[in-house]
Amino acid sequence: MKDIIIRITGLVLLLVTNVGLAQSEVEMADTMRSEGKIYVIVAIVLIVLAGLMVYLFMLDRKVKNLENRLK
Amino acid sequence: MKGWLKISAVLLLVYVHTAGLLMDVPRLNILNETVRALYFHVPMWFGMVLLYLMSVYYAIRYLKNPSHEFDVKSVAYAHVGTAFGILGMITGMLWANYTWGSPWHGDPKQNGAAIALLVYLAYFVLRGSLDNEEQRARLSGVYNIFAFAAMIPLIFIIPRLTSSMHPGSGGNPGFNAYDLDSRMRLVFYPAVIAWFLIGLWIVSLRVRIKKLEEKIIDNE
Repeated sequence: MKDIIIRITGLVLLLVTNVGLAQSEVEMADTMRSEGKIYVIVAIVLIVLAGLMVYLFMLDRKVKNLENRLK
Repeated sequence: MKGWLKISAVLLLVYVHTAGLLMDVPRLNILNETVRALYFHVPMWFGMVLLYLMSVYYAIRYLKNPSHEFDVKSVAYAHVGTAFGILGMITGMLWANYTWGSPWHGDPKQNGAAIALLVYLAYFVLRGSLDNEEQRARLSGVYNIFAFAAMIPLIFIIPRLTSSMHPGSGGNPGFNAYDLDSRMRLVFYPAVIAWFLIGLWIVSLRVRIKKLEEKIIDNE
């Protein structure tokens, strides 16, 4: 009898912890976020983006200058 | 292209790249943090399809009314659309490497997209192989319609008929598999609009440069 009770509680515990694990966390970059290092990436990505966009604007202006000269 | 459209495209991109990295996303197994690639990978394909749509629109207009301007526009849209498609392909392969296990998985949508890109590359081969300007414009206009008509089933229909690992395929239309909830839509749709506007901008630059080239040749 005791044996069965121990087994059942063991099984229940196993199930509970498993369910807990499954629910608890899908692994995400939470540490990086909590450390604030994610902002480093955001800054880098934004710098690259800003650089490319400034480049596009400059190209646009260059074409406009040529258009004015060839008018 | 209007200046305010360019500026709003840039502002939208700044928003997309910030919110895309910082905002909460659904916590999903296997995908984990890479679900954010949706904000950057998928807009490339949406941009490509929209640009190809513009390209075929101008091809049809050329065939109805053979004006040189329509041909210039049609090829510029196809050119930028192909650039978007190549970027979509590379980002997709990188993403697939970490979520599906290998960069090339034989996924129907991946294969279909590759074939569609090849069909469009042949468009440029065709253009390059013809010297007569009118003949080139007319033939490539007709081919453009064929290419667009081939791309739609390759990317949107065939993957739905078989099983594909892309979401929205294999009898599961829409973005359900991604749990593309309202939070993700808030970043995803602005990303699509912004990249499409950037595509239009580059197209307008190409068209203007082409016109300048022709003016110089005329002057000489």
